Amino acid sequence: MKKLLNSSLEWVDNRFPLVRMWDEHLGKYYAPKNFDWWYYFGSIALLVLVIQILTGIFLTMNYKPSAQEAFASVEYIMRDVEWGWLMRYMHSTGASFFFIAVYLHMFRALLYGSYRKPRELVWLVGMGIYFALMAEAFMGYLLPWGQMSYWGAQVIISLFGAIPYIGDAITLWIRGDYVIGDATLNRFFALHVIAVPMVLLGLVVMHILALHDKHVGSNNPDGIEIKKNKDPKTGIPLDGIPFHPYYTVKDIMGYGWFLIIFCLVMFYFPDMFGYFLEANNFIPADPMTTPAHIAPVWYFTPFYAILRAIPDKLMGVVAMGASVGIFALLPWLDRSPVKSIRYKGPMFKIALTLFTISFISLGILGVLPAEGLYVTLARIFTVIYFGFFILMPIYSTLDKTKPEPARVTM
Amino acid sequence: MSIDDVDTSKRRFLTIAATSVVGAVGVGFAAVPFISYWQPSAKARAAGAPVEVDISKLEDGQRLVVEWRGKPVWVVRRNQEVLAELAGLSGKLRDPNSDVEQQPKYAKSEHRSIKPEYLVVIGICTHLGCSPSYYPKNESHPMGPDWKGGFFCPCHGSSFDLSGRVFRGVPAPTNLVVPPYTYLSDTRVLVGVDPKA
Repeated sequence: MKKLLNSSLEWVDNRFPLVRMWDEHLGKYYAPKNFDWWYYFGSIALLVLVIQILTGIFLTMNYKPSAQEAFASVEYIMRDVEWGWLMRYMHSTGASFFFIAVYLHMFRALLYGSYRKPRELVWLVGMGIYFALMAEAFMGYLLPWGQMSYWGAQVIISLFGAIPYIGDAITLWIRGDYVIGDATLNRFFALHVIAVPMVLLGLVVMHILALHDKHVGSNNPDGIEIKKNKDPKTGIPLDGIPFHPYYTVKDIMGYGWFLIIFCLVMFYFPDMFGYFLEANNFIPADPMTTPAHIAPVWYFTPFYAILRAIPDKLMGVVAMGASVGIFALLPWLDRSPVKSIRYKGPMFKIALTLFTISFISLGILGVLPAEGLYVTLARIFTVIYFGFFILMPIYSTLDKTKPEPARVTM
Repeated sequence: MSIDDVDTSKRRFLTIAATSVVGAVGVGFAAVPFISYWQPSAKARAAGAPVEVDISKLEDGQRLVVEWRGKPVWVVRRNQEVLAELAGLSGKLRDPNSDVEQQPKYAKSEHRSIKPEYLVVIGICTHLGCSPSYYPKNESHPMGPDWKGGFFCPCHGSSFDLSGRVFRGVPAPTNLVVPPYTYLSDTRVLVGVDPKA
């Protein structure tokens, strides 16, 4: 039996680089031995991607991308299709958890300096994944064709109208009609189920290939390069352990914890008190009346709060775009001689704390109405938000860092 | 001619320049159908056909909502008192004289309409596209004691007067849009067509 298996493997391997791929990415991919729980979120994001693709495929089997039928077809999935409610809630809960995983994954990079040389491209491709994910989430949110779907899309598409001279032509081109209608819904469906997922998958492959490159490899909580200390005989990093079985086993543990929390939300709080699925979205889209209070889903609210904090239409849109895009500059803004927060000085720690408070506060303010004190607070946090990035070359240079160890610490 | 006489740099230049220039032109042409595919279809353009509105039964202060190109178009009847008050609002407005082209030339005035008595505007906020609510002066409204009647957007708090002119200090940058329209008779308005000169 074993002989048969071995000869089959050999047959395949003579025609396809199976063993080589396994070794490069799992069996002989040496990752630092000191990963902590922050390192769960990359593989969790990958798990959510699989969940979204799987449930998404099943939802398309009953969803109807037309303005007349979309809302009813979602209700049909929820009420009449066998286990349809589970597919729908798994997909809608998955959308929010995708962002939770990605935000924590990005925060890990901020903590340990994972965006620094030689991982700039890992970071930039990751930013590409994040942009694609935002587009994917935005277009997916239109599909149920509820009031929030409709008016949320109306507001977001109108943002492009702020571009001087060509803004109106662009909004018309995106909508494919003089208002958001059947044409818009149908094309968003096409992009949501085909175009963006393909881009997303391609970028995820690039993200992992760039990380697993022989010159790169995973960062770690100490922010030091394990490839600087290799066993002279084998060429294997002394602080590295093979991804499989060590980290596959660790990640399965993470999956277990993740799925417990995911299932709790999916089964008991699928709308998460109006934050994952908004109440107004259970009312069919009505182009003639706007709901009294409209807010985006939670994962966009920090940027939405920045948009509203600026009293000028064009500048508001520019600031919102900049607040998302500025993350891409991090590899060149951080001038600290060390990567990890473990060895960075008090200035960086204070800056990161203030930034985290600002990001979360802006997220809360983005849900609240834009009036009085809320606008003032949003303006203060917007300044801190941008200050974190713009002043980084200065404070990361001045900061008093501790010496990095030669080998990783546990 | 031997192989040594070949000018490889010229050859490389020609290969790269010719391929990339011709290729870029080709990509440009090929992109046209894909980009144009997203423009409003013939059907959508046809649905943008003019809409006829009968205003004979419109009472003083009343608002009529009709659908044109899928957007709400409002027709509001204003009496002499309301029209007189419009002039007094200039100081509170961002663009009292309608200098920004949010209306056809024939509607550029204080009352922003062909006939002062009837206001015709698109009921979509110029900030981010929500549809404002109508609050006449004499009905209950949350707008404070100085309110002369007008429109208030619940989304981001923009307000407009009874000519659709935007107040200062609100997020909306410009006045409400006046669509092209023309009078077919004293009681019939055609929305979507300019008057014949």
